[in-house]
Amino acid sequence: MLEVKNIEVYYGLIKALHGVSFEVKQGEIVTLIGANGAGKSTSLRTISALIKPKAGTITFQGQDITGMAPHKIVTQGLSHVPEGRKVIGDMTVLENLRMGAYTRRDKGEIAASLDEVFSRFPRLKERANQFAGTLSGGEQQMLAIGRGIMSRPKLLLLDEPSMGLSPKLVEEIFSIISTINSQGTTILLVEQNAFMALQVAHRAYVLEAGRVVLSGDAKELQADEKVRSAYLGE
Amino acid sequence: MEFFLEQVINGLQLGLVYALIALGYTMVYGIVKLINFAHGDVFMVGAFLGYFGFTYWGLPWPVAIIMSMVFCAILGVVIERIAYRPLRYAPRMIALISAIGVSFFLEYFCSLRFVFGANYRVVQRPLSEVSWQIGGITITNIQVLILVAVVAMLIFLQWIVHRTKMGAAMRTVSFDHDAARLMGVNVDRTISFTFALGSAMAAMGGVLYAIAYPQIQPFMGIMPGLKAFTAAVLGGIGLIPGAVLGALIMGQVETMTAAFISSQLRDAIAFGILIVVLLFRPTGILGRTETEKV
Repeated sequence: MLEVKNIEVYYGLIKALHGVSFEVKQGEIVTLIGANGAGKSTSLRTISALIKPKAGTITFQGQDITGMAPHKIVTQGLSHVPEGRKVIGDMTVLENLRMGAYTRRDKGEIAASLDEVFSRFPRLKERANQFAGTLSGGEQQMLAIGRGIMSRPKLLLLDEPSMGLSPKLVEEIFSIISTINSQGTTILLVEQNAFMALQVAHRAYVLEAGRVVLSGDAKELQADEKVRSAYLGE
Repeated sequence: MEFFLEQVINGLQLGLVYALIALGYTMVYGIVKLINFAHGDVFMVGAFLGYFGFTYWGLPWPVAIIMSMVFCAILGVVIERIAYRPLRYAPRMIALISAIGVSFFLEYFCSLRFVFGANYRVVQRPLSEVSWQIGGITITNIQVLILVAVVAMLIFLQWIVHRTKMGAAMRTVSFDHDAARLMGVNVDRTISFTFALGSAMAAMGGVLYAIAYPQIQPFMGIMPGLKAFTAAVLGGIGLIPGAVLGALIMGQVETMTAAFISSQLRDAIAFGILIVVLLFRPTGILGRTETEKV
């Protein structure tokens, strides 16, 4: 479904990605794990065209999307929930969710998507008319994910959804990610919480200093000596 | 008492015109974090075009206002495209210098003999002034015109920003460009639209100003531009209600100072208030100090 091939990305003179390649197949949850600064977020930002790669190609559903404008990529069925949630604080929860459906023209169906999001996140429904800035961190993350699925994506990119959340909320968010996936949305997940990420993912890639150093089945990586010592704190 | 009330009305008239300019400053700042110093000059171009429209081109004055608004909307978009967009993600000071350059360019280009010429021109009002006595206070049809036009514009703006998709896009872009892109917003187009809207309002302000204070010249935009900028900062830059509030205060302060203290002091006091407000409330009257949630 998504194929990233040899992308190289620079921030000024600093090379952030040294030819990173990975792929995501229909129906999978794939996770990119690695330390701070390994290039996980940069990879996601390159896929959604917030950053232009110097080299390499990105193919989504058989179409080359390298160099496509970011707002056009959304209409291709790719939705990116950014790091730090980026919920719009002085818009209400409802307005934020409607912004998620910005590219959609099917008005009647948007209402159905809203209902879906509200049934998945009942707390958002209770707070529908509250400003997003007044929500707690966990609620903001739910809003960010809810907004991300309002565009009815085929592929959902999630950047650090567990960041800054309590262990209980982390569990909740990951179980939501699994549910969204089991209902048909393919997911590419970037996480520092490698332990949780490997539990929900089917496959994983380990990034180190802008390179993919390991990849494979999530269960196998969970058992891998190197991964255990470097990322699972054992 | 009547004298005082008349001054309040004069201040309101001035403040409403400032509000039209201040809105453009504040919206552009909100969306690209740039003080568009050429905005006062767009106001000047608007005044001239309106004047040409109803004086030489035989347009009825409402049509002249609309023509001027359309032209300035295009001018605003072109300025952004040429002078600001290439610098959008450069350090902010650089775009600011570019804005000052555009401002000088418009002033001196318009001063050329084959453009507007550098001389003062006296505006023949397209509608004769009618005044009414209400309880000892004199109110003119021009004051009523300004009030109605500005209030209508404010309602229209409020509708755009809060009820339309473009308005939602504007608010999202002003929150964060990348977040807006990820939701599928065309950021460039949204910014162009904001410049068009702000410039059209400045043009309307320019024509109304030329009708109310009937003398125009290519440097006429500097002072009202600075006052409106001050008003936007006073109210809280980036906030639409702040711009209107700040402009109404500026109008009153300026008129009251001229009426009761000294007309020579009015600019000094108007800008003095800005300094005092900024010292004690740097985010302006309606501005909040941002607290970031982690």
